Amino acid sequence: MAIVHDSKKACAVNPLKMSQPLGACYAFLGLANTMPMMHGSQGCTSFGLVLLVRHFKEAIPMQTTAMNEVSTILGGMDNIEQAVLNIKKRANPALIAIASTGLTETKGDDVDGYLRLIRAKHAETLDGTEIVYVSTPDYVGAFQDGWAAAIKALVAAFVTPAETPVAGRIGVLPGAYLTPADLEEVRELIEAFGLDAVLVPDVSGSLDGHIPEDFTPTTLGGATLDDIRGLGACEHVIAIGEQMRGTTDALEALGVPCTLFDRLTGLAATDALVALLMRLSGKPAPARLKRQRGQLQDAMLDGHFHLGGKRVAIGAEPDLLFALSSLIAEMGGEVVAAVTTTHSPLLARVPTAEVLVGDLEDLETRAVGCDLLITHAHGRQAATRLGIPLFRAGIPQFDRIGTAHQLSVGYRGTRDLIFQLANIFLAHMHAHGPEDWPLPAEAVAVAQGQPVSGCACASSSCSVSDEVVIPIIPA
Amino acid sequence: MDARVSAKIQSVFEEPACEHNQNKDEKARKKGCTKQLSPGAAAGGCAFDGAKIALQPIADVAHLVHGPIACEGNSWDNRNSSTSGPQLYRTGFTTDIGELDVIYGGEKRLFKSIREIIEKYDPPAVFVYQTCVTALIGDDIEAVCKRAAEKFGKPVVPVNAPGFVGPKNLGNKLGAEALLDYVIGTEEPEVMTPYDINIIGEYNLAGELWQVRPLLDALGIRILSCISGDGRYHEVAQSHRAKAAMMVCSKSMINVARKMEDRYGIPFFEGSFYGIEDMSDTLRQLARLLVQRGAPADLLERTEALIAVEEKRAWDRIAAFRPRLEGKKVLLITGGVKSWSVVAALQEAGLEVVGTSVKKSTKEDKEKIKEIMGEDAHMIDDMTPREMFKMLRDARADIMLSGGRSQFVALKAKMPWLDINQERHYAYAGYEGMVDLVREISKTLFNPVWEQVRMPAPWETPAVEEVC
Repeated sequence: MAIVHDSKKACAVNPLKMSQPLGACYAFLGLANTMPMMHGSQGCTSFGLVLLVRHFKEAIPMQTTAMNEVSTILGGMDNIEQAVLNIKKRANPALIAIASTGLTETKGDDVDGYLRLIRAKHAETLDGTEIVYVSTPDYVGAFQDGWAAAIKALVAAFVTPAETPVAGRIGVLPGAYLTPADLEEVRELIEAFGLDAVLVPDVSGSLDGHIPEDFTPTTLGGATLDDIRGLGACEHVIAIGEQMRGTTDALEALGVPCTLFDRLTGLAATDALVALLMRLSGKPAPARLKRQRGQLQDAMLDGHFHLGGKRVAIGAEPDLLFALSSLIAEMGGEVVAAVTTTHSPLLARVPTAEVLVGDLEDLETRAVGCDLLITHAHGRQAATRLGIPLFRAGIPQFDRIGTAHQLSVGYRGTRDLIFQLANIFLAHMHAHGPEDWPLPAEAVAVAQGQPVSGCACASSSCSVSDEVVIPIIPA
Repeated sequence: MDARVSAKIQSVFEEPACEHNQNKDEKARKKGCTKQLSPGAAAGGCAFDGAKIALQPIADVAHLVHGPIACEGNSWDNRNSSTSGPQLYRTGFTTDIGELDVIYGGEKRLFKSIREIIEKYDPPAVFVYQTCVTALIGDDIEAVCKRAAEKFGKPVVPVNAPGFVGPKNLGNKLGAEALLDYVIGTEEPEVMTPYDINIIGEYNLAGELWQVRPLLDALGIRILSCISGDGRYHEVAQSHRAKAAMMVCSKSMINVARKMEDRYGIPFFEGSFYGIEDMSDTLRQLARLLVQRGAPADLLERTEALIAVEEKRAWDRIAAFRPRLEGKKVLLITGGVKSWSVVAALQEAGLEVVGTSVKKSTKEDKEKIKEIMGEDAHMIDDMTPREMFKMLRDARADIMLSGGRSQFVALKAKMPWLDINQERHYAYAGYEGMVDLVREISKTLFNPVWEQVRMPAPWETPAVEEVC
């Protein structure tokens, strides 16, 4: 439906995009007892860490190989070796997960090779700690690409086909845009059918804001290595977001049946998941799901008064853009401007005329005349200048708390999202004034007995006078 | 490495005004003040981060980052440096280079980006920041900036501090070097007064400069340029005409203060806005230097009179918290803020400082801490998060004041915590700032949530379980 363009500008202004290694490390943060690490200069990690801390208001374990110009030129093997040994000594994690950066990719470090040598050299010391590596240059793709690449790397490293699947085990591969609350909702939906859900990665276990018993230097929870390995023994795997297609392809090649949902926001989208779960479990939908569906239907009926006809501008990563745009369209709104960060086959299906791979300046320009701006917290300046409300979606949201608990999937999530959007419109409802419905000059002229002019009538018998003086009506 | 950056780093390391440096032998001095980073156990930003922190508060300038999306996309609009006017510094500009730029070079994209910015935003100047990847592939940002400045008739300033040359602190100084090389002294002020000063190394975080400014205004002292908090390009360009300068204690811009003294004869002193006595000292020193440089001598008396009134007003307000705060134990972990100057204010409020960090303190600072806290002062050089957690959980402290990095160590130990580092949103400078700090401590300590979150869960209460 949509035509997809790339921004033609040399200079990105007010970036919408974040980089691949950060997306990869965010995925690693959804793994239990893990230390994510960027192979780059210390700033790469520091920026990413601060961004996630400010979004989640949680401690973020994330390390760096602290490359300098000399080690970059000579190659980063020594730094990786030192880093791995240091992390092992100080935090003893089950997994050290490494993402490359623009710096080390420009140099061309062979990290897979380094790791084999390091592992062989320190076999005993490193016993009990797995190491995984993913290539994520900063100058290619965006956050969700890094997330997807990281999960694909985890599957490639740890998943082996199982002879017989474990009965009732359902794997879930969530896209980067799903919040901890979204993951909990998906888990509850699956468990409602008596099935077991294994989420990989699972940021709802690590970044949901719980208080641990003791201090821990690694992640506070998330998917375990056994969970990852267990993907091969799932009866079925549910992936959420087009970005997960590379991983589902890999799993299907191992003989694991997969279903990829391009979104789980909206009535039809949730119905599709529920239908699948009914089929997989052989059980009917529980009563509370039926109640929730009814509530969503009612929310849609109540909400359509406020969302119908509204002009919305959205800036988000492809999968989130698609989920939000689809809901806006399904509620009768119009997605007037859509800007995203990276390419995806999904973009062509976004219900709008044009999708631009660009920045927030592009979005701001296109959002003139819109009723609502939807993007991450960096849109706050644009929204102020445009004089329209901002609904925050995606990462980062550094100027809000509770971001981990924003829910937008399933019947309940969609219901609440509709309420939130509708309430923004209600709060900004335009109160009409006496000047809101002026008559066109022509109508006024006719009413005052002036000759008809500039008639819209196409008939040749309709004469048009050259000089028309419109009388000024006193206010 | 680019020979120019290399030479700059050497010159920054040889800083003669830094007593740290003067106490070292020849060999150690050459090595510089950069601690070797430990891979896998490092924290903190890179040189690019430091340069950007130092310069971005100049509010009317377009700050353009030449590099891949990470450097700007993951970090922009993330500091709370306030402006009283232009907002352009909060706009994120980056060349967002792609794979093809890495292969073919990014200079053309950089040049076009500068043109786009000037055409669309018409700022008084564009600052161009070098990053690791573009430095590694050999993009010559100095040459591009020179050409762009000629072509567009506007200052285009290269800031050559790619992340991989060192830590944040080095970047502060390299950023400052760009001001010395390309900005300071390039314009003349329309009006000069005997009361013109520069404040160097103050970033107006959370608007702290405005807690101090009314004091200077009242004395008739004019801030010709604050480098760089709430700064303007033209003010910085004219700052060489100041009569005196204050270098804010963090030393992040010691090279600017010292070189402006060498080049333009502007005497400077090292002062602090944190702590009541420090604030008073700072005002005294400013007045003394200005009078030495020809300002009327009555400035000294007026300054003393103002100090007397403002100190009393502050101490009275702080003492009012004494009944509430008496005996409460504070753990003070700071980086940039001089801990002893804050310790005095906390003690006046009746708080007991059970430990303070001395990681970045000088020898004199440590002496001063002993003087204030006694010989058995618990000075902490480097505390691991685990130790902090234990100390807080064992209730050896009632509240921790620290930077954002250790925030969650405290909160997860269910202990009161207050942010006193650079990402904070509260202003703690000047007399007002100390009163506010004590008020914030009181507010945090006595919040009823602490009692509630420490309550056992129903399933942890034996009585409830028995009933079941």
